[in-house]
Amino acid sequence: MSGAKSRRTAVLLGPYSVWAALFILVPLFFVAYYAFTDNSFNFTLDNILKFFTEQSRETGSRIYLDIFFRSLKLAVISTVICLLMGYPLAYIMTRAGERAQKIMMVLIMIPMWMNFLIRTYAWMTILQDTGILNGFIQSLGLQPIHIIGTESAVVVGMVYDYLPYMVLPIYSVMAKMDYKLVEAARDLGCNGLQVLRRVILPLSIPGILNGVTMVLIPSISTFYISQKLGNGKFFLIGDAIEGQYVSNNLHFAAAMAFILMVILLAAMALIKYLTGRREYEGGAKA
Amino acid sequence: MSKELIRLKDVSMKFDGDTILDNINLYFNDKEFLTLLGPSGCGKTTTLRIVGGFLVPTSGDVLFDGVRINDVPPNKRQVNTVFQKYALFPHLNVFDNIAFGLRIQKVAKPEITKRVQEMLEVVSLKGFDHRSVTSLSGGQQQRVAIARALVNNPKVLLLDEPLGALDMRLRKDMQQELKRIQREMEITFIYVTHDQEEALAMSDTVVVMDGGRIQQIGTPKDIYNEPKNAFVADFIGESNIVDGIMRSDGVVEIFNRKFRCLDSGFAPDEAVDVVIRPEDVDIVPESEGQLKGTVTQVTFKGMQYDIIVDFYGFKWLIQTTDFCPEGSKIGIKIDPDGFHVMKKSHYSGMFGDYSSYSEEYDEISDAESEAEE
Ligand SMILES: Nc1ncnc2c1ncn2[C@@H]1O[C@H](COP(=O)(O)OP(=O)(O)OP(=O)(O)O)[C@@H](O)[C@H]1O
Ligand SMILES: [Mg+2]
Repeated sequence: MSGAKSRRTAVLLGPYSVWAALFILVPLFFVAYYAFTDNSFNFTLDNILKFFTEQSRETGSRIYLDIFFRSLKLAVISTVICLLMGYPLAYIMTRAGERAQKIMMVLIMIPMWMNFLIRTYAWMTILQDTGILNGFIQSLGLQPIHIIGTESAVVVGMVYDYLPYMVLPIYSVMAKMDYKLVEAARDLGCNGLQVLRRVILPLSIPGILNGVTMVLIPSISTFYISQKLGNGKFFLIGDAIEGQYVSNNLHFAAAMAFILMVILLAAMALIKYLTGRREYEGGAKA
Repeated sequence: MSKELIRLKDVSMKFDGDTILDNINLYFNDKEFLTLLGPSGCGKTTTLRIVGGFLVPTSGDVLFDGVRINDVPPNKRQVNTVFQKYALFPHLNVFDNIAFGLRIQKVAKPEITKRVQEMLEVVSLKGFDHRSVTSLSGGQQQRVAIARALVNNPKVLLLDEPLGALDMRLRKDMQQELKRIQREMEITFIYVTHDQEEALAMSDTVVVMDGGRIQQIGTPKDIYNEPKNAFVADFIGESNIVDGIMRSDGVVEIFNRKFRCLDSGFAPDEAVDVVIRPEDVDIVPESEGQLKGTVTQVTFKGMQYDIIVDFYGFKWLIQTTDFCPEGSKIGIKIDPDGFHVMKKSHYSGMFGDYSSYSEEYDEISDAESEAEE
């Protein structure tokens, strides 16, 4: 019987396996293949080494490592801001009435239905020196600010793009949480802040981890936003990969993509390992 | 008994315009075991939540030691709660769950360890400190919930159907244990249940509620022996309730026959409800009976037989150790103290007829109420 069952599982998994092979494994294989070969497809480590060693002729700094660390910095900043904004937002949503929850959910989802190029252009018109933001600031009688073309502008664009990916996983964990636990904590003497710190926060860790992963990964490989909102001054690793690809430097582009992927996988494995020990049975698991 | 601790004064509670509690007046004495008893939806949990501080009554006052505490939040009340479904913290182990309240109060570490260990002993969970609460059985979780509340030395412990999820056997054991804990620690228990047996067995005072109103307050004996209306008589134990007329003090008429009783204080010829408990009826040969009827159903209950007897079209439940076969004609005798006379109420005529009696009746209604929860 178990034999029949496992055969059935195999049959059901068949189409998925084909799909997974086609769309996940094959591209991955080609990325790796290109990363470790030269233009005539002979094995080489040059592309990988170039990422770590290539130096700027003027300043002597390591070009690609610098780009990588800048990407990492902006991604971490954006993720932290998303968390600081998204966590309270998710909490407010779970505490709101059913109707209000639905409306807030739609408001959060709407931007996701829009093409991200359009979203980025929208932010350009808002953040320009003569844009909507400065128009507003000046109407208040204040000095206009220069934000377009700065790292801040890039962060704004990234936060805007990725905030929903932080809110939704946290919300889904919090919504499943038993409100009686909050009452129990109050009953045992907690004030509002203590309830948050001792009950809600520890129970929503799985949601936070999911949210952080879902924001950090796309934001570290962001491109285009940096070109438009950063006026091209802040090359990020995503832009670098795109640039190499566009200029037909496929092997080096693949090498960078491969390195980024390995680093992200290692980071995810580390997070999983560190938090795996904290997981508890039942309760609000993600 | 002892002094008053908490009082609910003219407390009403409305949700969306529906009156859920209607003018509740009730006081809780220090060190008393008081039970709120009533059918599902009668407002027991709501009453408890008002005492606990999770709800503010729409009108009326909550007084603690004479001080109005309507707006005092739960964390500032000397009251702890054992919730209907325990609400243990799943991210904490048994020790940390119990220590939770003490840590909030910033009690010193060695003292926390000492008090938690004491509590584990009280609830017979010694050695369970490091177990995850989600790995415990229902009864064990329940005891952790009790320990988590008790360790804070509350003046009052609120318990909302704490034994509802346990099987019969464990339920009985835990009843004993709770009663013991309450006596030993000298804490006021406010206990919610819809199980009348549990209420009678454990309480000093029983408050019977229905439809958001208090129907009767009294000792378990009072409630059983002197029910105030047909609802209480029916809800507490088994009752045959028939229409009667109080002819004079000590004389009640049912089925057009006069009987001696112990009740008095009614207007002459006042229409009343008369309660006769199934165990207060003596079976005698038909010729000697004050009333004569036909046995229509017999159920063996171990200790006794439950028989349904038809008197002039009205069916009674009688409990007897004598076997009377179905279809036999019997006579009955009732001593004066077997009658309990009550004023008419809007519950009159709604209860106390066993025409639709079936032996599964109790089990079915129990199963239903559990499925609702
Ligand atoms: N927050 C609320 N909003 C609206 N109605 C409520 C609310 N809380 C309770 N009620 C209603 O009040 C009534 C009494 O509820 P309560 O929980 O006090 O009953 P209960 O006696 O504890 O019943 P049970 O034995 O089933 O637990 C029910 O009809 C319930 O639907
Ligand atoms: Mg209830």
